Parts: sequence; structure tokens; C-alpha cells
Amino acid sequence: MTKPESEWTWKELPVGNVILEPGNASSYRTGDWKSFKPVLNKELCIHCGLCYIFCPDMAYNLDAEGYFIADLFYCKGCGICSKECPTRAITMVVEEEK
Amino acid sequence: MGKRVGMEVSIAAAEAVKQANVDVISAYPITPQTHIVEHLSEIVANGELDAEFFCVESEHSAMSVCIGSEAAGARSFTCTSAQGLALMAEMTYIASGLRLPILMILANRTLSAPLSIWNDHSDAMMIRDCGWIQFFVENGQEVYDHVFISYRLGEDRDVLFPVIINMDGFILSHVIEPIELVDQEKIDQFLPPYQPLYRLHPDQPVTMGAFALPAIFAETKKAQEVAIRASMPKILEVWKAFGDLTGRYYQPVETYRTEDAETLLVTMGSISETASVAVDKMREEGRSVGLVKIRLWRPFPFEALKQATLHAKNLVVIDRCVSVGGPGGPVASEVKAAIYGEPLRPSIYNFVAGISGRDVAPFDFVKMVDQAEIEIEEGKKDGYEIYGVRE
Repeated sequence: MTKPESEWTWKELPVGNVILEPGNASSYRTGDWKSFKPVLNKELCIHCGLCYIFCPDMAYNLDAEGYFIADLFYCKGCGICSKECPTRAITMVVEEEK
Repeated sequence: MGKRVGMEVSIAAAEAVKQANVDVISAYPITPQTHIVEHLSEIVANGELDAEFFCVESEHSAMSVCIGSEAAGARSFTCTSAQGLALMAEMTYIASGLRLPILMILANRTLSAPLSIWNDHSDAMMIRDCGWIQFFVENGQEVYDHVFISYRLGEDRDVLFPVIINMDGFILSHVIEPIELVDQEKIDQFLPPYQPLYRLHPDQPVTMGAFALPAIFAETKKAQEVAIRASMPKILEVWKAFGDLTGRYYQPVETYRTEDAETLLVTMGSISETASVAVDKMREEGRSVGLVKIRLWRPFPFEALKQATLHAKNLVVIDRCVSVGGPGGPVASEVKAAIYGEPLRPSIYNFVAGISGRDVAPFDFVKMVDQAEIEIEEGKKDGYEIYGVRE
């Protein structure tokens, strides 16, 4: 796992700032960009997967019970899932202060 | 010794690119660079060089292709002038930020407006701070030689910077000069095949050109700045190796008849040869005048310049570009900055001369030296003038 950007010194950077560890963007928390988070009402969910398909950050994953759940580590709170959900099962709610 | 052949300097440049065995050439034609890429396209079409020649739709694309091909590990070349360079400018910063050792020849030409195709250094100065190693050569032989020098230098693991060879448009690009060609065997010995440090390859995936937030951007720039300054010993080493191979030794700053000279002309590019004729003439008349020629523009050779100039009383710095609204020409700014910290320093008189292809003859240098010496004697410090303008 790579360390956070704020811990690199200039001497440690690879030439040309090349990233040598493939896929390390997955350790980057984009979830702290959001002000609204998606909340799923499981009673309305028909398991169609449109939220999973439309999510631009691929934050949705299928859980063991067959529901698509947004991983809040990545979810930027754009609200596309909520807009696309055909049964209005996803509501965007204001994220609470940490 | 290699064969000495009369040829157009652009053709010699293209022949050097062929001898450097490049893998990718990507360029868009623009005067006065055209003959170089035209000749290269013939060389590739004739099967004399096993390379990909990309006919792109713009200079922006020309540099983008070179960035991609260099990132994939291919030795890449491009070439442009003036407006083409302006369109390409965005990508020049990306090539250096990614530390990709592309070679670009600039056939220097004036930036419009007014529209002009003729020679000066305004295009090169536009991208002065783009992070490439930058040479200004004096004649066709230097263009030819620096193609090999640049690839060997840029691709060195201790350097890894793209390199620009600035050659004056028309004055060099379209003139036939005697060029001493270097045997292919010697070139192959001097310039080994390119071994990239990192490259885009599925067996070992890497990311080039990633986003950098404020938390890390300053660290990336410091790394680049330290690295280009640290390339100075390598530049000297590569020049020495080339000299040992061919007998032609180069220096970041060269002096001509500067011994005990009171007044030194400071020049860059092809006008240096004309200036040396003027210096000979003035020396014959018993005047104490010498010439300092700057060959390496980035990283700027502060120490070499100080060594060459500090003993003089007056410096007459010739610029080929106007820094509109600035402190004078860009070369004079650098020279002033280089000697600012010295307790005893020469007076500096700055002329902008020969912009947009206006000829600068030997007698013009004599007139400039006359004016500078008189005005400095009268107490005028930091003179600055665009030379030869009709009032």
C-alpha cells in the first residue's frame, strides 16, 4: 500500500512521478468529497442494478442478500443512482458532520 | 575523420536523425522547419530508416505522439517553429514533467503578429521555462553533432530530460554549409540503443501523468528542478566524449579573443559567427573587444558565464527577442541575474538586434560596441535599446 501524498518527500518520488504500483487509486478515498450520501430503502428495491450500472465511480457492490450497496469510501455523492432508480428506492440525505 | 560534404543544414539535421536510429518521427510542416521533416519522410519512405513517420494534424498532436511513443520506449523526434511551437506549448511541459527524453529541433522563427516567417528567438523564449535542456547552436555542424549529443544526454539514467536544439531559421536551416559527417560505426559506439527507465508495458504496468494535488505538486517540481541542475556534469561529460570521438569539443559558454578584453559582446545562436568577424576587425584596430557565446541556455551555465565575463569592464549583450514590457531581452536578464551577487561586476548594455530576420552585419556589432562604450563612459547604467530602429 502506498503512503498518503502528504508524506512523500521530493527525494522519494520516482523519476517523472511515475506510479509503480498498479491499481493504487483504489486506496484513494474519494468518499470525503460528498455532502449527500445515498440511502437505500430495501422495501422498494427491485434488485434491477441500475444504480450499479450508472454509478460513475463504480462504488456499488452486490451484497450477500442481493442488494446493491454504495461503498461510502468511494461514493462522491453525485446522486445519479438516486435519479436513475426506477422505484425511487434511493434517497440522497445530508451527510452528518464528522 | 568523417567525410566532409556540402549540404543544406536542414538535410544534415535529418541525416543525423537517421543516423541516431530513431523509432518515431512525428511532425507537422511549418516554415522554416519544413525541409528537415520533408527529408525525413523521404528517408523513411525509401526504407533507409526503420521508423514510424506520423503525419499528424497539428503540432499539438506531433508532441502528443512523441510523448506516447517515448513513454512506450521508442526514441522519438519532432521539429517545429514559431506558431507551431505555440500550438505545441502545452505538451512541452508535459514531456518534461514526465521526464521523457524526446529530441526537438526548433528552426527558430518570429512569433506573429505582425505575421512573419523570418528568424529570431521569440519562439524559443516563449517556452524558456518548459523544463527541457536547451541548446542554441551556431552553425550546421553544431546542429548535426548535437542530435547525437542530445539523445545520449537526454536518455542517460542520471538525466532523463527532453532536449531542444535551437537553430536559427533560414540563416542556418536553408543554407548550404560544409558538414563533416560522422561514420555510422562511431555513432553506434557513441549512442547506445535507448533503454528507458520506465515504460508503458503490460508486463509491468505503470501510470504516467497522474494527477497531483497541492499536497505533492511542490515536491514534484523541486525534484525536476534539482534534476535539471544536476545534469550539468553529464552535459560536460557527453560533450567531452563527443569531442574525444570527433575532435569537436563543446562548452556551455565559449569565449573568443576575450583575453584582457575591456568590452565583451555576449551572443547566442548563429549571429555569434558574425560577431566574431566584428571582433577580429576591432582587434585589428587595436580595440580591446572579445566575444562570449552562450551555447547552453537551460540549465543556465551561471558559473561558466561568470568565469567568462567578470574580468571585463563592459558587457554588450545581444538579444534576438523583445520581452515586451520587461527588463530588456531575456538573455540580458539572465546575464544580469548571473552576476548580480558579485561585488565587482561589469556594466551591461543590452541591445535587441536582428528581430524577425533583419540582418545584423559585422559593422552593426561595431556600432553597438561604440554606442555602449560611449554611454557607459558617460555614466549611463543598464542601457537597453532595440537596435537600428528608424526614428
